[in-house]
Amino acid sequence: MQIRGKVWKFGDDINTDLIIAGKYKLSITDLDELSKHAMEAVMPGFSEKVEKGDLIVAGRNFGCGSSREQAPLVLKHLGIAAVIARSFARIFYRNAMNIGLPPVECSDVDSIEAGDILEVNMTKGYVKNLSKATLHSIKPVPPELWEILSEGGLVSYVKKHGKLPWEAV
Amino acid sequence: MGKTISEMIFSQVSGKDAYAGDLVIANVDGAMTHDGNALLALEAFEEMGGTKLWNPSRTAFVIDHVSPSATEAFSSVHKRMREFVLKHGANFYEVGSGICHQLMIESGLAYPGSLVVGSDSHTCTYGAVGAFATGIGSTEMAAVFLSGKLWFKVPETMEVGITGKLRPMVLPKDVVLKVIGTVKADGASYKALEFRGSTVEAMDVDGRLTLCNMAVEMGAKTGIIEPDEKTYRYLAALGHRLRKGFKSDEDAALSGQLSLDVSDLEPQVACPHTVDNIRSVTEVEGKEVNQIFIGSCTNGRLSDLRVAAGILKGKKVEKGVRLIVSPASRDVYVGALREGLIEAFADAGCVVCNPGCGPCAGAHQGILGPSEVCVSTSNRNFKGRMGSTDAEIYLASPATAAATAIEGKITDPRRVLEEA
Repeated sequence: MQIRGKVWKFGDDINTDLIIAGKYKLSITDLDELSKHAMEAVMPGFSEKVEKGDLIVAGRNFGCGSSREQAPLVLKHLGIAAVIARSFARIFYRNAMNIGLPPVECSDVDSIEAGDILEVNMTKGYVKNLSKATLHSIKPVPPELWEILSEGGLVSYVKKHGKLPWEAV
Repeated sequence: MGKTISEMIFSQVSGKDAYAGDLVIANVDGAMTHDGNALLALEAFEEMGGTKLWNPSRTAFVIDHVSPSATEAFSSVHKRMREFVLKHGANFYEVGSGICHQLMIESGLAYPGSLVVGSDSHTCTYGAVGAFATGIGSTEMAAVFLSGKLWFKVPETMEVGITGKLRPMVLPKDVVLKVIGTVKADGASYKALEFRGSTVEAMDVDGRLTLCNMAVEMGAKTGIIEPDEKTYRYLAALGHRLRKGFKSDEDAALSGQLSLDVSDLEPQVACPHTVDNIRSVTEVEGKEVNQIFIGSCTNGRLSDLRVAAGILKGKKVEKGVRLIVSPASRDVYVGALREGLIEAFADAGCVVCNPGCGPCAGAHQGILGPSEVCVSTSNRNFKGRMGSTDAEIYLASPATAAATAIEGKITDPRRVLEEA
């Protein structure tokens, strides 16, 4: 799985309320409308500026807080192709896998800047910064999860295989 | 090699000899979703071709986040939940029943030794009765509804040993805030936090629920406490049959240990905008506030309301300040009525809301305006969580919250004792 895109850079501890606030999640059920408020508390106007295929690069503990699946959903809906972070909060990580938004763990994100163009290859396990000509290794995805992510998420997996990943054929 | 409580539970529900790091397919004992996340779960369930629930009697649907509904959009979500439950069965908790996590304990759907999942990060609360309970997303919830199974990585266990007798007006909330300030927001990522020690043993189950509730604020997969006689008496009083839980083996492998002596602990406050930004109340005393919230799955139980009402009884909430109280469940509400706590709140000038999540998640019943300051007994002070992104949220115990309401500024609850 190879992805190429432009970087939007965020810091540590980007929580689920910053990604999509409860006041919106608990009043708007339409994903088009909801997505307009993604990241607005930390980067006003993000939803208007972001383009299909763009990437989010962040620090530690991305997605901490709530279990709301709307957090990875709004990012995917806006066209974000992958989130690359030093580390992820565990529920966000699983949610992102399950809805088919690649979460990429990369310990070496400091030198990556907003606007850089990255090439992400999850199968070969690297992030290449094309703007700075640097190469960064990423943490491999467990095979059980790769099975789900590579099908585009859990619902797509079930539709294709007619069973859950852990069920016998 | 010995096992931790978490490893024992995962061995039981997977049928494997499970240790930390193992990936297991586990049979789930209980599953819960609420109106905040149910819609996505129901949509995923249907998209996956779901026609019936794996086990309606072990499944709970709760309306608590926007309860009663504040918008047409959520009235439609509630309607969809009611229709689904009518068609498929499942335990259903209508508007006014209370907060999902309190109901999972009161109903006995979470019990010692069980594996419970909920589409809410604070599902980790049930570890207080010796369950392994953790939050999952809506799509995985749909998969559980279909199959009753889910994959898990068995977590490593970090021991949090807490000793010492708490001083008056220092509560379990202060203990867990202190722990969070030490461990930090991602210091227990992917781990089970097992709370032990004389302080935990002396704590009632309400207090233990407060501890485990906030485990996720350190990134933990769950908080868990070995059930003891107190736990079994508490569950028996709720009318539940005895189901023995587990106790960690002495030689079980741990990943990290924290020892904390709380004998001299002062009331703690989590300052904006992260839960691990912890100070002693004495460092932030005098900060003027606009709103106080007493409630939530962290601190909306009867023992919390008793402490708050005890401080507020015969006093008035400061002019220009509003205090909102939301009991965690209808049982808590009725208990508070019988003990005269609701009357004490009303006399003091508080707003007592129906049982539910209240303003904690920013849905309704107390949205903060720009530059407003709130002291809340809930579990998250993230920027914008309760309304305006320019508002500030300070997390504290019910004692600190009540004392703050009387003064209109952040107040050390121990002052109330000095005055008495």
